[in-house]
Amino acid sequence: MAVRTTTAFERRGLSDEQLRQLFRNMLLQRQLDNRGFQLNRQGKVPFALGSEGHEALQAGAAMAFERGKDLLAPYYRDLGLCLGVGLTPYEIMLSIFAREADHNGGRQFPNHYSSKATGILSFSSVLAAHIPHAVGAAYAIQYRNESGRAVLCTNGDGTTSEGEWHESLNFAAVHKLPIVFLVENNLWAISTPIEKQMAQPEIWKRAVGYGMPGKRFNGFDPVETYACVKEALERARSGGGPTLLEGMCYRFLAHSTDDNDMTYRTKDEVTEHRKSDPVPRFEAKLVEAGIMSEADVAAMKKDVLRETNEATDRAEAMPFPKAEDLYTHVYEGAWQPWQ
Amino acid sequence: MAVTTSKMTASSQTMNNVEAVRATLYEALKNDDRIIILGEDVGARGNVFLITKDFIDEFGPQRIIDTPIAEASIVGIAVGMAMEGLRPIAEIQFADFIYPSFNQIVGEAAKTRYRSNGEYTCPLVIRTPYGGGVRGALSHSVSVEALFYHVPGLKIVAPAFPADVKGLLNAAIDDPDPVLFLEHKKTYRLIKGEVPSGHYTIPIGKANVLKEGTQLSVVSYGLYVHWALEAARALEGDGLSVEVIDLRSIRPMDRTTILNSVEKTRKLLIIHEDNKFGGIGAEISAMVAEEALFNLDAPIRRLCAPDVPAMGYAETLEHEFMSSPEKMAKAMREMVAF
Ligand SMILES: Cc1ncc(C[n+]2csc(CCOP(=O)(O)OP(=O)(O)O)c2C)c(N)n1
Ligand SMILES: [Mg+2]
Repeated sequence: MAVRTTTAFERRGLSDEQLRQLFRNMLLQRQLDNRGFQLNRQGKVPFALGSEGHEALQAGAAMAFERGKDLLAPYYRDLGLCLGVGLTPYEIMLSIFAREADHNGGRQFPNHYSSKATGILSFSSVLAAHIPHAVGAAYAIQYRNESGRAVLCTNGDGTTSEGEWHESLNFAAVHKLPIVFLVENNLWAISTPIEKQMAQPEIWKRAVGYGMPGKRFNGFDPVETYACVKEALERARSGGGPTLLEGMCYRFLAHSTDDNDMTYRTKDEVTEHRKSDPVPRFEAKLVEAGIMSEADVAAMKKDVLRETNEATDRAEAMPFPKAEDLYTHVYEGAWQPWQ
Repeated sequence: MAVTTSKMTASSQTMNNVEAVRATLYEALKNDDRIIILGEDVGARGNVFLITKDFIDEFGPQRIIDTPIAEASIVGIAVGMAMEGLRPIAEIQFADFIYPSFNQIVGEAAKTRYRSNGEYTCPLVIRTPYGGGVRGALSHSVSVEALFYHVPGLKIVAPAFPADVKGLLNAAIDDPDPVLFLEHKKTYRLIKGEVPSGHYTIPIGKANVLKEGTQLSVVSYGLYVHWALEAARALEGDGLSVEVIDLRSIRPMDRTTILNSVEKTRKLLIIHEDNKFGGIGAEISAMVAEEALFNLDAPIRRLCAPDVPAMGYAETLEHEFMSSPEKMAKAMREMVAF
């Protein structure tokens, strides 16, 4: 394909190197997702959950995150975000294999990434329970006058129906907290489509009700995502208060390895959305704009596979938590229900 | 009465329980700027019992937060603050309204340390007024301790005396884990006592033997420990010797003090305001049955509220639900005579 520079390619201030980084994150997400599902089929791990369809959104959002400053309050579908802010494929694999060296010590499901060193808050599987935590963390940042820092807090579309979601946005707006609420709208919550979740399906419009800016963007476009999240994070970091963002994407896979999506949606629907698959689309864009050659792309894919293989092998070789680890970290120090 | 304290000073002051909570919170706010108080009406009004009155003027609205009416996020936001290095003290206006925050207390605060393998912690105090006898009707009278004491990762204290309120509230604030701090509403202004000056803590998980005795051990907490003490003292005139233990902490609980007492008296009566089925008394009974069955000369007895959903507003209904020093004395006599 002929190399040509197109004016259509909006790069929003991103360098060639950053654009390649975005793409690599997207490839890595897909490769690690595949690996989780493979390991599940091989009977090596009991559970896997993928973020296919969220790659562009998460890579773009992560690029707007300032490492060492901002905090991330993610949810279980945020593989790409967590990779993008600094978790390594090895750390992801430790979580998939539930090994002792995992940040959670093999206690939580995979995908419940947390790492204090990376600025990723710990969260449970209880939907929306982490949203008030993100708000509390943003309050701490504001209280200590740590300007230049903000919290990026994410959740799915279905999760916006929870009371804690509403309570948290309301509080954040009252106190003009440094936080960005990013909804990853993939149109489904397990088997429940958006129209059964809410009568007014444009989540970003709820921002008006809270008294904060709101915006919807194309979450299949990593560069547009980056620009929207960056604008909102910069506003938050400089005292401009919270923003509600809604990134539109699609969940290409079933909810998890325990779900069969063909019981509630059609293959045609999935195929239709696959036509806009953000990974090959961004690849084509980069190649067309001359930012990567086809050989570059092939080399990157090979390298991502190598990294995934290495992370898999290294994590798999690590020990499980010891049985007696069940008893640690209930409270600080040793504990007894009776004293 | 013996108050176990880590540091006692010569001087002290007479206070009721409201004043003890207030004075302790005030000192904590003065000494540690990581401390934030958040809850409904804690600022301009100074809490419905005036516990935080005027705090907002001295410490400002950043530290004394009048929150929206949203209990799940009052606790949830406090959890986030605690994870991020602050020392929040969340208030639930009445224990009856703690239910919306159950998820945040049980599912989040109590499991933060555990689920993150110790990477994140949740040093958080949740204060709430509970209990009846104040014509509080169905939804301003409940005891909630049994709903939470099943939960590892959470600590629960329920002090009854002003000096214990101060020592245990200080301990709760210093504690690196979440503590549910229960304040019995009827004791707020009713109960007065000497409170040592200066900073001191009472270890969470230590009961207090309020009155020594040889014929029966009575274990209670909250308002009822005062009534149990009154009953036991009245029985002294008839030559009955009843030991009264104030649990003070519900989780962790002081097994040693209970077992030592039962070994001596060989009889155990547990008294609480909460209803009987699955209450705190059930756990104490089971523990004593497991550990000291053959030291007992009588079946363990529990004097608790009837198993109805709540006490009623009408005086007759509240009266029927609540115990009294007279009912307690009757149960004590029967136990000693057994
Ligand atoms: C409080 C709570 N209720 C129900 C569930 C079960 N559950 C797990 S994921 C999910 C769907 C969430 O959908 P959405 O928020 O759109 O996120 P997505 O998985 O689509 O990314 C449900 C119902 C849960 N984990 N927590
Ligand atoms: Mg969804």
